[in-house]
Amino acid sequence: MDNTTFPPFAITPEIDAEANKRISQYPEDKKRSAVLPLLHIVQHNFGFINTEATEWVASKLDLEPMQVHEVVSFYPGLREHSPGKYHMRVCRTLSCAMAGSEELMERLCELTGIDRSQSDSHHNPIAVSPCGQWSVEFAECLASCGTGPVCLVNDDFHEAVNPDSAQELLNKYGKADSPAANS
Amino acid sequence: MSNITYLPGKEPDAREHRLIFKNIDRVGWDNSIDCYIKDGGYEQLKKAFTMEPQAITNEVKTAGLRGRGGAGFPTGVKWGFIPPNNTKPVYLICNCDESEPGTFKDRYIVHQDPHQLIEGMVISAFAVGANTAYIYIREEFPEASEILEKAIEDAREKNFLGDDILGSGFNLEIYLHRGAGAYICGEETGLIESLEGKRPYPRIKPPYFPAALGLYMSPTIVNNVESLCHVKHIIGMGGDEYAKLGTPRNTGTRILCVSGDVKKPGYYEVEVGKITMGELLNDVCGGPKDGRSFKAVIPGGSSAKIMRCEETYQIKNPDGSQRELSFYDIPMDFDTIAACGSMAGSGGVIVMDDSRKISWVLNNINHFYAHESCGQCTPCREGSMWMRKISDRIVNGQATPEDVQTLEDVAYQIDGRTVCAFGEAASWPVEAIISKFRDELEAETSEKNEYLSEEAKRQLSFINL
Ligand SMILES: Cc1cc2nc3c(=O)[nH]c(=O)nc-3n(C[C@H](O)[C@H](O)[C@H](O)COP(=O)(O)O)c2cc1C
Ligand code: SF4
Ligand code: FES
Repeated sequence: MDNTTFPPFAITPEIDAEANKRISQYPEDKKRSAVLPLLHIVQHNFGFINTEATEWVASKLDLEPMQVHEVVSFYPGLREHSPGKYHMRVCRTLSCAMAGSEELMERLCELTGIDRSQSDSHHNPIAVSPCGQWSVEFAECLASCGTGPVCLVNDDFHEAVNPDSAQELLNKYGKADSPAANS
Repeated sequence: MSNITYLPGKEPDAREHRLIFKNIDRVGWDNSIDCYIKDGGYEQLKKAFTMEPQAITNEVKTAGLRGRGGAGFPTGVKWGFIPPNNTKPVYLICNCDESEPGTFKDRYIVHQDPHQLIEGMVISAFAVGANTAYIYIREEFPEASEILEKAIEDAREKNFLGDDILGSGFNLEIYLHRGAGAYICGEETGLIESLEGKRPYPRIKPPYFPAALGLYMSPTIVNNVESLCHVKHIIGMGGDEYAKLGTPRNTGTRILCVSGDVKKPGYYEVEVGKITMGELLNDVCGGPKDGRSFKAVIPGGSSAKIMRCEETYQIKNPDGSQRELSFYDIPMDFDTIAACGSMAGSGGVIVMDDSRKISWVLNNINHFYAHESCGQCTPCREGSMWMRKISDRIVNGQATPEDVQTLEDVAYQIDGRTVCAFGEAASWPVEAIISKFRDELEAETSEKNEYLSEEAKRQLSFINL
């Protein structure tokens, strides 16, 4: 996709200062502990973690890039490819599934034109809409099982999103961008 | 509690006893430090500083507090495992990974009452001699992370954290460490590896009991959010007074999170063991949905063994005699639920009514564990995937009765043969569902069943030649 959604990877003095603050929260000889915090900084600012970013984190922490990459490749919460501008994580675990989260996912995909047929839970969990604005992913239990179905859109948490209110949810973010709204 | 009002529709049930959740959904309450202090916050910390650290640990032991994270291990006893002649730094870690399906209690504490947690942590850190503490919080709580960062900053400004806290001579820094969406980081040694910046592969116990060899191979106490909050109340009330709440060996209050097929799902803080399964589901949660009846309940997070609602159990009395207990008469405590073959776990009660097909439930759970296995040991990595594939076949109508048998065999080959308790977490649900609902699963896989695909029928005809 085009890179209009996220700025290209570039470390500003502010980002570097934030990284240094995080590093200082661990014992001096245990800098490696800051690998997740630094990766979060990267992902928050640039949407995903590319090779360049991995190398930067490694150099900040005196690690080999591979030691950073093994962390990135393990965690479902860290991404190596760009999601959409609005990344929607729908809980698929038991209580939410009973409340209708699979139907919610279907509705969201219909409304945004996302094709999940090539997705799987391990290697390719994220599917992006053709316009690049939206992406979806099934998440495991988001710890709000009493108010399912629940989902996260970027950092915003939404509860009791029944499939019928999927459009309403999208409208909060970018009505004009959804193909359903365009058509 | 009489002077406290709650948001409309969110009033506690009359059967609740709110200690930890006193401020949750409270009218006029906010998560600022001023609000907390106005309500008497941080007074228990001042009281704790008048005590010796060992005396605090003793109060926690007297109180009989058992960990609310899953295993129900006595907190004071765990604190006592720090080697007496230790010279390394001690760490305290608050486990806010809250990733066990069905559990949603820590969420409300960290969003609405962060200072209660911080106060509980400072007291606990003082008791165990930790000058650095980390809150390991799941990445999917971004708002709570900001709230906690702010709360830590505010507490530091008022010298509830930092150097020489309130003139006590005790120093403590609390830092927040965000996870990245992996369930295994809730397991305490996986959490520690994650905090060290590595893949969260759990460590083998023994020898790596965190209290002796934890973070950076130093003594480390890992406690759940709710457990640490209880410490504050234990200091406030005194261990003896706290122990009067609940039932013997199952003291205090705990938050039960009810989800699934009940009229009123939600969080309910009750005295441990003072309410039965029936009272919880039928009275507090309003019973089954209209026209439905309860079928099965998972009482302590998805790793706990499922219970069938029409079951009865033979329980040993303290004097050795037996008594019969129906499912609905089980008190919500640690020991009786364990005696009935399941566990109170994390307090996440997941309810299924007669509209749910058990194979679908089984398959959903199997997908969870297959996704979350860290992959470090073979029985769990391969077994959880294999179980998922079999249950996929069952729900798709492609399985044979032999598949049910294979599924059960695989589960028992994982159970007890892995590095960490995830192995049990993944296999117990399968073992329990098969043993309690074998009839249903076999009906779904038999030749005559309505779900069976044409292909599966053809395969069966070859097997039965
Ligand atoms: C697979 C697995 C997942 C766990 N997840 C959590 C969790 O999300 N939160 C938690 O507090 N404890 C969790 N635990 C339990 C922790 O390992 C640990 O026992 C607990 O945090 C100790 O706290 P407590 O003594 O206060 O209960 C998990 C255990 C296992 C085996
Ligand atoms: S039991 Fe599973 S989760 Fe635990 S260490 Fe082994 S592979 Fe990892
Ligand atoms: S099952 Fe969806 S939040 Fe727990």
